[in-house]
This record gives sequence, structure tokens and C-alpha cells, in this order.
Amino acid sequence: MSSAIRVHDPRGYPPEIVGKQLAPRLEDLDGKTLYLVDCLFDNSEVFIEQLRQWFGEHFPRTDIRLDRPKESWVDDPELRARVEAGADAAILGVGL
Amino acid sequence: MPTVAVHTHVFARLARAVAQANGMPTMRQAFVPQPVVGRSAAELRAYIDGADPVNDRSFVESVIGGLTRPLGDKDRAVSYARTTARLLDADTEDDLQRQFQENRWTDYAPIVLPTEDRVAAMLAGTSRKPDEVVGRLAPTRYREFWEFTVEKVAVNAVMAGASPHYMPVILAMAASGVSGRSSSTTSQATVALVNGPIRDEIGMHYGIGAMGPYSHANVTIGRAFGLASQNLQGGSVPQETYMGSQGNFLNYNAMFAENEQASPWEPFHVQHGFKPEDSTVSLFLGGWYTVFGGGPRETWEAKFTRSLQACDPYTGPIIALDPLVARGFVDRGFDTKQKLVDWCVEHARLPAREYWDNQWIQTLHHPKALAGIEPYASRLKAAPDELIRIFAPEDIHVVVVGGETGAMWKMVGGGPRLNIVHIDAWR
Repeated sequence: MSSAIRVHDPRGYPPEIVGKQLAPRLEDLDGKTLYLVDCLFDNSEVFIEQLRQWFGEHFPRTDIRLDRPKESWVDDPELRARVEAGADAAILGVGL
Repeated sequence: MPTVAVHTHVFARLARAVAQANGMPTMRQAFVPQPVVGRSAAELRAYIDGADPVNDRSFVESVIGGLTRPLGDKDRAVSYARTTARLLDADTEDDLQRQFQENRWTDYAPIVLPTEDRVAAMLAGTSRKPDEVVGRLAPTRYREFWEFTVEKVAVNAVMAGASPHYMPVILAMAASGVSGRSSSTTSQATVALVNGPIRDEIGMHYGIGAMGPYSHANVTIGRAFGLASQNLQGGSVPQETYMGSQGNFLNYNAMFAENEQASPWEPFHVQHGFKPEDSTVSLFLGGWYTVFGGGPRETWEAKFTRSLQACDPYTGPIIALDPLVARGFVDRGFDTKQKLVDWCVEHARLPAREYWDNQWIQTLHHPKALAGIEPYASRLKAAPDELIRIFAPEDIHVVVVGGETGAMWKMVGGGPRLNIVHIDAWR
């Protein structure tokens, strides 16, 4: 029978989880401004355009705006500022 | 404000894990089938009208509900600390080997168990203190970064079968911030090149078979970097912390040294501002493709041109030349590496249509072109059949490696990201 030995844990140290409160949801989308943000993955602009058309057909009283970051995979503070200033809600998509 | 993030279904576990790591485990997410790339407008509209393959309801219910369904108790923000142990509970060697494998802490080849004695011996290979923080790593730069110490690097070096003499190289690689287990869907590998005196001090191989399994140092340093990357960054588990669609053989090992002694040119690290007596490790995030040839012979220009065109236009090559090839280029007037790089930049061309049809060029360079950033903006102005340059000089790297048994060369995907780390700081 083999004897027991102690060995090191090979894993690094994970960062603390800092909880962030989700924003309250809207009661409905009527009369609201909804931003559709194209994340710039290949062909995502086609998906976002289809989503815009879907909202136009089903939520005609919702103001739909399209927006996109300046570059792929890079935080764009100006985009975030535009969305924060102008939107009641946002949908971001879509990857791969 | 209320938001919903839309993902394709194969990224569901990853998307949930990222939401959790960012303190929003109940973040509203909606899913469509994979892929979006290559699908027509009608097909993507069908995704919108169809089912959310992850949330067991329609896609539009996920989206509209995500924006309008009231929050509940589960949505309360919760903060908490996490950590990992220094030592595991005592167990038998067989059970510990099984535990390491089941926890995906190995590369599925047998490991050396990191006992306290072995780790202490490994730590003798550096003057750095065991509890000193070396750096932080993540599977991609969009994921959470995990921190690690000198001791944690030593643990993984033991597992790989490395010698304490290799610790400065392994620590330098770990400190680079470049993971050897990138999660890119493109299945990247990290190619590593060592220069300077440490190559001979620790028995690294740069002659016959330098890129193969013919040196204890090359093999175990490369393996240690891979194991350290996956364990120190919080894992490399398919669908969670690894999304490379095909994987990459070079993830096992892509470590070699430059044959400075037989090269007619200055060493790679000297090209980049280091002194010849410095020891460095250069890390290239790439490794997707390899093109092979011999020469240079009479028709080398045609072969090189075709080979450069065969390289992925998003990532220029590391051109690894046997010393016989390097001297052959000197005989043809290329008395510096830079002259060969410049020739390659001039001759690596594709029709603009083909360049812009590349998925990663489209995803990453096209927005830059639209924003007026050069050279992408000029490339976008080209007519579809115009042959445009696809690489800048900094995209192409020339190194000399091999044992002169054949005049052979390789072009290996080198990637746009290059980090050169001073090894001597980790002695």
C-alpha cells in the first residue's frame, strides 16, 4: 500500500469577485430608445440589421438606434458615453 | 441601463463564466445558433424568429424578457474572495496523479508530482523569493487575470520535469503576460525563441533537430510554460477557458533557441536592442501555419513569393532558416536580416478582394480602415484585383536555427504580438 504524500496546488490565485448590481428592467419598450450595438465580429452587422428590422415590425413605438465601436475588441469610451446618454436599454451582439 | 448580450450557443458556458467573474452571474444573455459568419440575411432572420438553443425559449423571449422582466433575489450583487491552496490534502501518488488529471491540471502526459522537497529544489534555480508575485495571466485579454508567485511557477516547472537551472527562462516566460494556452477560437500557439549565453549554460539546443524533441531543456521548458500557463491563468478547459476550434500541436511545445554561432547575421535579440551578452526569450502569439522549403536555389524568389502568399494575411511569419540557407541569402546580397524582411514585405501581396475576404482581416482590420487608420485605409481604397502589400516589416521575423544537415527553411505563423523578456532579471 502506497504511503500518503503532500504536494503543492499548481493553480494561481483568482481575483476577488466584485458583485455589480444589474440595472432595473424596463416595464415595457413602448416609447423607449433601444440601442443595438454591433460588436464588429464578421457578419454581425447583418445580424444587427435583421434585428433592427424585427423591432421595426414588432415594436413600432420603440426608437431603434444602431451604433458600433471604433475598433474591434477595444473598449470605446465614446460609444459607451453615447449609449449612456441616449439609450433606455441596449442589446449587444453578436459574436462568431 | 438594462442590457442583453447576444452570443452564439457554443459560447454559452464561456459567456456564463465571464458574467460570473465580472460579478453579474445573472446577466441577461440571449443565444442564437453558431455560426453567424457566412450566414445570409434570411438565415440570420430565421435565427431571430427561432429558438434560443440555450435558454429553452424563443430568442425574442430571451431578448424582450431580458430587458423587461423584473429583477429577483437571485439578481442581488454579491462580492466574495476566492483563493487556491498552497498544499493539497495528503494522498497516494496514484490518487494524486488521478486528481491532477481529473482537475485538468496536466497536458495528459504523466507529470512529476510537485512535492515540497522537489519544489524547494526547483526554487534554488532563482534568487527570487518564493512568495514574490511574478505576474498575471488570462486565457485571453478579455478574461479575468489570475496572479501567481515564483513558488507557483516552480510547482509547474517540477510537474513538467524541468531542471532548476531552467527556472530563469521559465520565470521570464511566465512574467511575459503571454499565455501558452491562449483561448482564441483560431487555436493559437505561443512560439518561444531563446537568445544569448543562457542557451549554452543550460544546454538548449539550436543545431540538428532544434525544433524537435532532442533537448531536455527545450522540451521541459516548453512544457513547463504550457502547464504554468493553463494552471496559473485559471484553466484551459474546452468550452470554459479554451475555445480553439481545432487545437494546435504546437501547444505541447514550440520552444527553440537561435543558432547564433552559425548565423551570418546579428542575433534576434540584438536586432531588438539587447546586447549580445543578454539572455532573452521572445514570445510570438501565432503558430497557426507552417510552410516549408529548401534553398535558396535558382527559383527561390517564386517559391518565397508563393509561400508568403500562403501565409495568413493577418499574421506574418517567423522565417526560420537553417544556417546553410542564411548563408545562401548572404551570397545573394542579403547581408542583413532586414534586407530579407524588406524583400518579403515587397513581394508578399494578395489581390485586395482576397485580402479583405479574410475573416480576421474583416473583423479586426476593416473597422480600422473605415476609421482612416493606415495602412488599412489605403488597402481598402485598392481596386479588387489590385495586388496589395499584406505585411509591414514588423510583421515578419527572421531567425537562424538548425544543424546544417540540409538547406531547409520554414515559415511559421508568428502573429502580430511579440514580447521580448530579459531572462537575466530572473536568475
